Amino acid sequence: MFRYIVRRLLQGVLTFFGATFVVYCLMFAGGGDPIQALAGEKPVTAQQRAALTEQFHLDDNFFARYLYFLKDFFTGNLKSYTGRDVFENVGSALQLTGKIALIAIIFTIVVGVTLGIVAALRRGGIFDTSSLILTLVVIGIPSIVLAPLAQYLFGIQWKIFPVNYTFEKPFVSLILPGLVLGTLSLATAMRLTRASFFDNLRADYVRTATSKGLTRFRVVGVHVLRNSLIPIITFLGVELGNLMGGAIITEGVFNIPGIGGQLYKAIGLDDGPTVITFVSLLVVIYIVANLVVDLLYAVLDPRIRYE
Amino acid sequence: MNEHLLEVDNLFIEFHTRDGVSKVINGVSYHLNAGETLAVLGESGSGKSVTAQAIMGILDMPPGKITRGRILYRGRDLLTMSKEERRKVRGEEIAMVFQDALSSLNPVFTVGNQISETLRKRKGMSKADAMKRAVELMDQVKIPGAKERVKDYPHQFSGGMRQRVMIAMSLAMDPKVLIADEPTTALDVTVQAQIMDLLAELRRDLNMAMILITHDLGVVADVADRIAVMYAGRIVEHADVHALYKNPAHPYTKGLLESIPRLDAKGTELATIKGLPPNLLRPPTGCAFHPRCKYAQDICVTTTPPLLDLGGGRTSACHFAKELLDGRI
Ligand SMILES: Nc1ncnc2c1ncn2[C@@H]1O[C@H](COP(=O)(O)OP(=O)(O)OP(=O)(O)O)[C@@H](O)[C@H]1O
Ligand code: SF4
Ligand SMILES: [Mg+2]
Repeated sequence: MFRYIVRRLLQGVLTFFGATFVVYCLMFAGGGDPIQALAGEKPVTAQQRAALTEQFHLDDNFFARYLYFLKDFFTGNLKSYTGRDVFENVGSALQLTGKIALIAIIFTIVVGVTLGIVAALRRGGIFDTSSLILTLVVIGIPSIVLAPLAQYLFGIQWKIFPVNYTFEKPFVSLILPGLVLGTLSLATAMRLTRASFFDNLRADYVRTATSKGLTRFRVVGVHVLRNSLIPIITFLGVELGNLMGGAIITEGVFNIPGIGGQLYKAIGLDDGPTVITFVSLLVVIYIVANLVVDLLYAVLDPRIRYE
Repeated sequence: MNEHLLEVDNLFIEFHTRDGVSKVINGVSYHLNAGETLAVLGESGSGKSVTAQAIMGILDMPPGKITRGRILYRGRDLLTMSKEERRKVRGEEIAMVFQDALSSLNPVFTVGNQISETLRKRKGMSKADAMKRAVELMDQVKIPGAKERVKDYPHQFSGGMRQRVMIAMSLAMDPKVLIADEPTTALDVTVQAQIMDLLAELRRDLNMAMILITHDLGVVADVADRIAVMYAGRIVEHADVHALYKNPAHPYTKGLLESIPRLDAKGTELATIKGLPPNLLRPPTGCAFHPRCKYAQDICVTTTPPLLDLGGGRTSACHFAKELLDGRI
């Protein structure tokens, strides 16, 4: 087990360098003039240009610049072209996106998993059928439609939640975006739960547990649940990583300066250091989330052994 | 007539499937007295397991449906009991061992946890006491190193050991009746014999009654007192083990006996029963065995043979049972 973790961590390190290098290439291979982009329409004096070129090593070769970036990334010293400390943005963005993702996941667990269990227990009933159709509809709506719709209905029309994210109400104004984000994984979570639960309800060991004279509550609540949760927890772990990285549209609509929102802005500004830093962090989040999920899998299912 | 410990009385079960109604059990009756072993024999699909599931109350309903009959345990009908009463019979009065121990055990709990579960949840034993008892039970079914292995998971055991875990688990509540549904089918031949010996020994030591379900006539001779032979959801012959071996009173039993490999008849070709088991969605008219029976006459196609009482607790559902017994055909 220990050796497996070490191996996975080493793999993760390689993945990190590989992924960040690719992004670095993509970001700077396109050419363009970041200094001019920064200044907009205004002319840039030769003096300013020389200073910025020096500061950001723009004259060095590509590899050297990647290494400079790595050094700054790990020492937490990164400056964006506007001179701002990149990590200052990153910290608050991570927090915001993390909160939204957490709200989304909790919503998914509480509603999606519960509904999935009920649907599996009453398979073929009205509840099951109607919730299946509903999830189909929800899966079909892209967030580019769902987010503004929810914003209009709950924010503007019924005034249940704030329309946009505000600093004054840091939690309440994140609820609606969190729910919108969660709706997408909710449908998948419900279907997965239903399928997993239903398969396990028919398993031979359930018959054994019943024939031991255990109550239905214990058979379902302990034997079936424990087995059904394995794929669900795995899904939720991966999904948490996805939600962290995939909230661009939702954050855009609700005007949230989270990772998605800032990344979007930085790309528009051609702000290389910021883009690379955000993407690198997302890579780290994915790697860690996947490792945690794999380890969790081994904890949940004793048949899984990592060598 | 004295009361039997367990009695299945004229049971009818059908399954409602997409293709229609499958009449799986068609008037099965058998009984079991305290401390004795009844072997239920028959080829795949004859309804052995479904009958056992009906006794245990673990039949899938739907699609299954019990349309007629009674299942009496100590004179009380299990089929009309409340759910809660029925649950208490399971495990404590009647326990069951299943065919495939790997899929029948829960993969994510230790064997100790599963063996001791009923003791904790139904008898209110403490965790430590229940675990101690689990080790004793594992010793009793001769699992080597029980104390160390009690914390292992089912997949860490060999097939034979897993079946022993299953048996230990079924014994936890001291049941009066043990139903073993093909407990050795998934195992190697040598291991099969060991498990059969263990079951026979346990039954004797614990004075349980046992229903041994199998499709292998060879394994039951040493273990069972009586045999009930099933075909297409009916008991076609019921007899004392020795009487049945010596002289079968039904052509199907005779065919089964002829298909057992014998040491003294090495080299001769094994007889097998020709043809396929009947389709229960459209069962044959008359005697369900007639398309495969070499003694079949016109009456077999038109008339269902009644269960003939041949005396001495012996019955046969064949129009020509007496002739067969007397060696006239
Ligand atoms: N859940 C079910 N749904 C539909 N049909 C079923 C179901 N369970 C059993 N049957 C049918 O009932 C019949 C009897 O099955 P059963 O399992 O009792 O056979 P068996 O005698 O135990 O055979 P085997 O030796 O293969 O275990 C079969 O034709 C089977 O297809
Ligand atoms: S009743 Fe006829 S077909 Fe059926 S077993 Fe007897 S002889 Fe064969
Ligand atoms: Mg069976």
